[in-house]
Amino acid sequence: MEAAAQRAQIEQFLAEYAAAIDEDRLEQWPEFFTERCLYQIIPYENFSQGLPVALMFADSRAMLRDRVTAHRKANVFAPQRYRHLIGPLRVIGEEEEGAIVVRANYAVYRTMLDAANYGRSELFSVGVYHDRLIREQGRLLLREKVVVVETARIATLLVTPL
Amino acid sequence: MAGASQVGQFPSEVALDYTRIPYRLFFDPTIEALEQQRLFQGPVWNYVGLEAELKRPGDFKTTTVGRVPMVVTRTEAGDFRLLVNRCAHRGAMVCNEPRGHRAMLVCPYHQWSYDLAGRLRGVPFRGGAGGRGGYPADFSLADHGLQSARIDSYRGVLFGSFSDAAPPLTAYLGQQACAELDRVFARPLRILGYSRQEIRGNWKLYAENTRDPYHASLLHLFHATFTNHRITAEGGNDTAPFAGHIHSVKGDDAAEAAAYEAQVGARGYRLADPSLMAGRPEFGRRVLSILTVFPNLVVQQIGNTLATRQIVPLAVDRFELLVTYFGYEDDDAELASIRLKQANLIGPAGYISLEDGYAVELVQQAIQGECGAASVIEMGGRATESQDTLATENGLRAFWRTYGRVMGWDGPGAANGSGGATGAD
Repeated sequence: MEAAAQRAQIEQFLAEYAAAIDEDRLEQWPEFFTERCLYQIIPYENFSQGLPVALMFADSRAMLRDRVTAHRKANVFAPQRYRHLIGPLRVIGEEEEGAIVVRANYAVYRTMLDAANYGRSELFSVGVYHDRLIREQGRLLLREKVVVVETARIATLLVTPL
Repeated sequence: MAGASQVGQFPSEVALDYTRIPYRLFFDPTIEALEQQRLFQGPVWNYVGLEAELKRPGDFKTTTVGRVPMVVTRTEAGDFRLLVNRCAHRGAMVCNEPRGHRAMLVCPYHQWSYDLAGRLRGVPFRGGAGGRGGYPADFSLADHGLQSARIDSYRGVLFGSFSDAAPPLTAYLGQQACAELDRVFARPLRILGYSRQEIRGNWKLYAENTRDPYHASLLHLFHATFTNHRITAEGGNDTAPFAGHIHSVKGDDAAEAAAYEAQVGARGYRLADPSLMAGRPEFGRRVLSILTVFPNLVVQQIGNTLATRQIVPLAVDRFELLVTYFGYEDDDAELASIRLKQANLIGPAGYISLEDGYAVELVQQAIQGECGAASVIEMGGRATESQDTLATENGLRAFWRTYGRVMGWDGPGAANGSGGATGAD
């Protein structure tokens, strides 16, 4: 595929990914991943020292669905929403098994919707997406998304994926 | 002022048996200032890190005791030092990184240089420049080292104290806490990583939260469902003066689980990928154990996740929670991967912990401006001794008893003339 077309397709894919989260369509979020996958939110503090602990970790689409189920049914937190800003996008290259390696900066602003903080927005998280995308039946999917969070000191809690 | 009391006395609203704690203690800046002096710099042992974080001589990490910035070093001799991270010259922070490796600690401001034990080894232009200026002839390097504090360790867990009045560490911890640390720190550790949260609440609200098994199965539905942390489970709460609280839960009782669901309401909640909770038994039937050590440490074993949590007060209404995750050096690959998967349970995004920051903030938000009201701490009765149930808040009462004593309050009731009783044990 021509590089510019591929890039446009990846940009569109990441925009759709962000919109699913930002518009509270979380049930669609796992569908951006392959059945066997890796999703991690890892603080830069750990990533840079080779320390493996992540804040969120999933190695299957089912485990991503469990995150959504907990979000909807189990976890208790102040109502809030995200707005993702993603980019610039860098296509690093293509690996032998056909995975496209992508890096992109991200910033997530969080707006609180609880009584005490209604309407307060803040820069909640900034960092880098380390993505590996593959094509399945013409459609892009994430085989791997490692979110390296530079905002290591999380403001209160992190319940919605980045 | 009616109802007001001197900060040196126990606030008159505190109940004799620690079942009423005035909300003022969570937002009054005069209380916060007094805590720095009497509590964090008082006769206590503050958690400052793990030996496993400082493997080689020259390794250092920065931390705090209360709000005082500190640096922990490992000297050439291999021992540990705890130094105030403030240049003896003009007060600049000497080590301005979370951790690192240095032969000497050099202040960036005027390059005063200290060895790893905090002794001042050199100051630039001590003799002046071109024969003019410089320090007086009687200026002695030996008089200007970094201020140091006591440091001691138990099973590789490092504690520091500014006070000579702090009891020996093992006596401070007590037998039960030592036994718990013997279990969790039985083998050489491997540090697996860190997480940090900044929570907009007073640090004592979190100290209460971690001594409170009552909330665990109610606030944390995930906990009740998947880690057997139900109020009806077999478990217990042990209290001791400083190692304030250990609560532990034993799992695998199906009848108990059914009884709990009957009371709280089953929600048909199942995992699509059960591998998350497919752990490996490491501590017998014990699925969970939370040890708190006054004032700033929590040691947790939840399934196969092992971690210390350090409460770092930042202001009267803010604290940082620093979680240090660890396993053992001899973990096999499968156990190592179980620990990483179960790390989902704790930390800022933890299935069974993220609610705690929220709960703390809900209290902090609701008590603003409050002049007289107090919390009610009567679950499990009004005593502080150990109980073999999770349906209790005895750990909170024990915390406040210790808090009152360390703050130098003669005992609740002293301020309003009701007797100055100290016999709340």
